[in-house]
Amino acid sequence: MNARQITRDGLWDKNVVFTQMLALCPALAVTSTATNGLGMGLASLVVLLGANVLIAALRHVISPDVRIPVFILLIATLVTLVDLAMNAWLHDLHRVLGLFIALIVANCAILGRAEAFASRSPVADSALDGLMMGLGFTFALVVVGGVREILGSGTLFADAHLLLGEAFRFMELTLIPDYKGYLLMILPPGGFLALGFLLALKRLIDQRLAERAARSQAANAAPAVA
Amino acid sequence: MNLAALRDRLDYQIVLLGATALLAAALLAGANALTRPAIAAAEARDLTESLAQVLPVGSFDNDLATEALSLDTAQGPVTVWRARKEGATTAVVLRLAQPGYSGLIHIVVGIAPDGQVLGVRVLKHTETPGLGDKIETAKGDWIHGFAGKSLTAPEPARWAVKKDGGVFDQFTGATITPRAVVNGVKRALELFANERARLLGEEK
Repeated sequence: MNARQITRDGLWDKNVVFTQMLALCPALAVTSTATNGLGMGLASLVVLLGANVLIAALRHVISPDVRIPVFILLIATLVTLVDLAMNAWLHDLHRVLGLFIALIVANCAILGRAEAFASRSPVADSALDGLMMGLGFTFALVVVGGVREILGSGTLFADAHLLLGEAFRFMELTLIPDYKGYLLMILPPGGFLALGFLLALKRLIDQRLAERAARSQAANAAPAVA
Repeated sequence: MNLAALRDRLDYQIVLLGATALLAAALLAGANALTRPAIAAAEARDLTESLAQVLPVGSFDNDLATEALSLDTAQGPVTVWRARKEGATTAVVLRLAQPGYSGLIHIVVGIAPDGQVLGVRVLKHTETPGLGDKIETAKGDWIHGFAGKSLTAPEPARWAVKKDGGVFDQFTGATITPRAVVNGVKRALELFANERARLLGEEK
């Protein structure tokens, strides 16, 4: 599989949340703000990348019959290592993200990529797949979180400096001044609503893209017949 | 060596699974040993910071985190830290959990030796965002209203939210959360009153 296709799959065509509909639990649970989505996305990206590389490197050694427990063991170890390292050396960031880190073990997208891609692909391809799937997941979480945050509290990227450092305070926008807030969007039902509308939107865009591709194909084919 | 044939053998699979588990355990044990001092130091710093929030600036010179005692109460354990300056106890900080609207609300209450509240902070809660979370300093200044209160002012019967005939404000759409915090602070004061000598370290 070529790098272009892997990139396209990860970011759009096989987007973890919007197309594969995997990892909806973390995607809905933490996305009350865009910043939370970004944090969860980035932490998952690190684990996804590490797990893909590790499993691709070991793919010839691992028996197909016992692969699932081996994958889970490796992923859980990786998550715990990330958790411990962050707690020790990036303690302030860990206070913000700590809650999400442990949740990553339960992110089925990581086991899904190990099973569907890394266990049958070279290390370099798997690394790219992990990176792109992680970026696609981060993108989806930031979009869902952004929609919920704008509608729910009228801000965007609130508290981003806690995640990224003081230099990123400029990202914190108040889009609707004096907004009283729309509580439903911050509560769990808001996650389902936002995700539902975003899924419909993605289907619509894909439909338009397919129509356009079909039209240009027909246009290309027509002169050949004539 | 034919790896493909080897992978189908049961004994290979057993060894593989065992080796993976062993490797995982070794990595985690190593990482735990490596990070433990740093994590303990960071957590002690967190604790000191959260305790210092409810004490007046410059009112203590001891290492707060090191001097903790635990009280067993009917509603669960309460941890108490002593703030000292030049050897004399200037305040105590009580940490306790009070059931709120959804789950426990963990608060710290700083109390002066004369029984006055120095400050209250919420450490951890799972109240409704947008309604109950006004108990956080980041979302409102309601929690500062406890400073200077004691069991005599207002009198015990008025230690309640206004809806229940007390002196403390409730929030629009959320009464249970502030009621829980008021009760928690009151419980801390009562505990302090009952165990005053022990908490201040005046008896040996």
